[in-house]
Amino acid sequence: MLNSNVPSGPLTEKWTKHKFDLKLVNPANKRKYNIIVVGTGLAGASAAASLAELGYNVQAFSYHESPRRAHSIAAQGGINAAKNYPNDGDSIFRLFYDTIKGGDYRSREANVYRLAEISNNIIDQCVAQGVPFAREYGGLLDNRSFGGAQVSRTFYARGQTGQQLLLGCYSALVRQMHAGKVKFHPRHEMQDLVMINGEAKGIITRNLITGEIQSHAAHAVVLATGGYGNAYFLSTNAMASNATAAWRAHKKGAYFANPSFVQIHPTCIPVASEHQSKLTLMSESLRNDGRVWVPKKKGDKRNPAEISEDERDYYLERLYPSFGNLVPRDVASRRAKEMCDLGNGVGETGLAVYLDFEDAIQRMGRDAVTEKYGNLFDMYKQITGENPYKTPMRIYPAIHYTMGGLWVDYNLMSTIPGLYILGEANFSDHGANRLGASALMQGLADGYFILPYTIGDYLTGKLGESISTDHEAFKDAETSVKNKISTLLSVNGERTVDNIHKELGLILWENVGMARNRAGLEKAINEIPKLKNEFWQNVKVTGTADELNPELEKAGRVADFLELGELMARDALNREESCGGHFREEHQTEENEAKRNDEEFTYVSTWQYKGKDKPSELHKENLIFENVELTTRSYK
Amino acid sequence: MRVTLKIWRQKEADSPGFFERHPVEKVSEDMSFFEMLDMLNDQLVLAGKTPIAFDHDCREGICGTCGLFINGRAHGPLTGITTCQLHMRSFKDGETIVVEPWRAKAFPVIKDLIVDRISFDRIMEAGGYVSINTGGTPDANEIPIPKANADEAMDAAACIGCGACVATCKNSSAMLFVSAKVSQLALLPQGQPEREIRVSNMVTQMDKEGFGSCTNTGACEVECPKEISIIHIARLNREFIKSSF
Ligand SMILES: Cc1cc2nc3c(=O)[nH]c(=O)nc-3n(C[C@H](O)[C@H](O)[C@H](O)COP(=O)(O)OP(=O)(O)OC[C@H]3O[C@@H](n4cnc5c(N)ncnc54)[C@H](O)[C@@H]3O)c2cc1C
Ligand code: SF4
Ligand code: FES
Repeated sequence: MLNSNVPSGPLTEKWTKHKFDLKLVNPANKRKYNIIVVGTGLAGASAAASLAELGYNVQAFSYHESPRRAHSIAAQGGINAAKNYPNDGDSIFRLFYDTIKGGDYRSREANVYRLAEISNNIIDQCVAQGVPFAREYGGLLDNRSFGGAQVSRTFYARGQTGQQLLLGCYSALVRQMHAGKVKFHPRHEMQDLVMINGEAKGIITRNLITGEIQSHAAHAVVLATGGYGNAYFLSTNAMASNATAAWRAHKKGAYFANPSFVQIHPTCIPVASEHQSKLTLMSESLRNDGRVWVPKKKGDKRNPAEISEDERDYYLERLYPSFGNLVPRDVASRRAKEMCDLGNGVGETGLAVYLDFEDAIQRMGRDAVTEKYGNLFDMYKQITGENPYKTPMRIYPAIHYTMGGLWVDYNLMSTIPGLYILGEANFSDHGANRLGASALMQGLADGYFILPYTIGDYLTGKLGESISTDHEAFKDAETSVKNKISTLLSVNGERTVDNIHKELGLILWENVGMARNRAGLEKAINEIPKLKNEFWQNVKVTGTADELNPELEKAGRVADFLELGELMARDALNREESCGGHFREEHQTEENEAKRNDEEFTYVSTWQYKGKDKPSELHKENLIFENVELTTRSYK
Repeated sequence: MRVTLKIWRQKEADSPGFFERHPVEKVSEDMSFFEMLDMLNDQLVLAGKTPIAFDHDCREGICGTCGLFINGRAHGPLTGITTCQLHMRSFKDGETIVVEPWRAKAFPVIKDLIVDRISFDRIMEAGGYVSINTGGTPDANEIPIPKANADEAMDAAACIGCGACVATCKNSSAMLFVSAKVSQLALLPQGQPEREIRVSNMVTQMDKEGFGSCTNTGACEVECPKEISIIHIARLNREFIKSSF
């Protein structure tokens, strides 16, 4: 049975009570503990710095060259908090409620409430670090409304919020590196988790420059290794983002929760060529002022300027009069796909809809539009060669974020004792759909304000425990990592890693994407293992194991995506309902809205790895709602 | 279109490097420069040759990982963008394109087009932060900050740490990079308590890393993909002088 370890008592007092109940590590003893943190994005860097400040010895790892680089840096739009500075009726409870509802009632109440509670501390922390958030003329912080929220609770730093928050974490981290409390290992990729007596006690890494395989031991291991959106090949994630750390921990016993819950972002630049290597997000904030439309006539290829007002279908405004263009991401994405499937899509491929700023420019003036969105407009122009001040942007949904991830309890500990999972890598707070500006909030909540408290409770029992990399568990894990690498290099087939990855991506996008059905999912479950075999028999990886070898790095990651992809399809097949980003065509209302099945599916699907080529076993964490009533999401 | 790459190859840090020529066919204008390299690499792999190693991650101009010297210019022929934002429509059919890594003593080559910029991290370690711990910070709105200052701090904070300024400077100076952080924190009230020690430590570390000195040529500002202004270098100089009294 999965125990979420949610403390008893009223929702509003759980975290306070829990912090008091957690065992403390004596300040003088903290330096006697070693903690490994894998990943230095927002979640990992904030955790590593905060743990070091408390006195723990931290070893931090990233496959990036520096902790200033991580996928987190690309976040554009902003970060939520319940400060209620604009006096528009926000509160911790409202942020909690919106997040639970936005997640379509598939997340844990207690975790989400804690997240909302902590949100305000995050903003204070970042400002104190010197994060230059946008301000009003009076010198106070500016807020905007974002991603379907009806209050303005999003803090932002131009279109570069993720960058500024990550550089804030980075500054805290380098300070601890300078103090000798954090040892950072750049360009080191975790290859495996090492377990001793059923607990996480270390990792195996590959030095990406020399190829050296190394063991590292610690009292606890923290993974903050990001999401797995790149399983689809094309996504808005950074090129190197991958699931390897999480997947290999999964194979060592960490359960994987809700793998099929992925978020598709409605406003991305459409695919332009067969050589497309990634997709670029146009921040959701654009929907605050831009209007989404398609021509009413199918296949209308006229220049948008020639299409008059009454020949346009502003379909979001039509279908959802109260939320209009600001409906949540899953709804906006699915409706765009529907319009294109009906034949109303625009652009050469017909796989795009317009996002139009003409009205905004008339209403606010061009300068105000530039002030708000200038860098995004420039980015769009650079990529497409078109000027969005003059002609509407073309946008299409793309894979963006993964709500699923390794299962964690209230303390952020996985099913493996001593293994903690933070940030996008865990499944915790967003249910079946994440609200805009909430991932940054969650990553930083996990790293700055939750893990530093909860990890102590585990560590107190481990004082004096000595762990050495001489233990045979390390030797065994090293050997298996080396074997895996040499197998990859020895296949010497005829297809490149990317070529196979693209095929996997297509299978997933078509069958485990925006709209899913039984036949498609069964097809994916049938095809992916075949592709996996093809990979192991026909992939071509050049070079050797003892050098910087990007092809080898990619091969290891794609090998894991091939396994994870199958689990995603199985999870989607199991969930006979539609909720959030998981839309099963068999389960919809007459108006094509998602139809949940609360009776049977108010649970977290949690999968246990059972061995090579054996089906994973499903365990359920039942979700109990004591403070909100399950309603049908309605944005009409 | 068709282009020919004259591209730098170097097996590892200590081995000698050389230029290699690669014709690339069937390039489309809408491809990014990196997608063109991906295509070439695919062909190299299938031919059993070693693909060209280059650093990249976000491919949207924000992470600072990429950086190539293209036809003698950092991040290629356009201004205000990174290499990953460059598209093939910026080149002519039949053109020969020369591609090199950043070249600076403080940025040794690791392989082909990949360099080691860890020296930047060490400069940041020397003082690129406000010395506060997690927790116990005042309410975010307790200290109002004039919008103009916040905006200018943000201009400076936009630096992505790519190193184009160093690569383009004839002295390999890191002044623009360092000044961006010094300026950001000097403009904000949170940066005041350590204002003097910060600039002094960061400049000392910068010198130790082997970056050259600044002779005000302004080349860095022109090639900086985030258009960080040399006004920040002027501010760094003032801050540095103040700190030495
Ligand atoms: C384009 C874009 C815009 C976004 N905008 C917003 C926004 O406006 N607001 C918002 O709230 N959210 C936004 N998000 C989502 C948000 O940015 C991410 O969910 C979040 O930053 C993830 O942070 P993280 O720390 O969990 O992981 P990451 O930032 O992905 O960091 C992962 C870290 O783990 C390391 N790592 C991974 N695997 C290994 C391994 N095997 N060995 C060693 N190291 C490893 C990496 O090197 C890296 O340091 C956006 C996402 C995208 C794609
Ligand atoms: S100042 Fe400009 S060129 Fe130099 S590192 Fe920063 S962004 Fe790059
Ligand atoms: S790859 Fe991130 S800036 Fe170019």
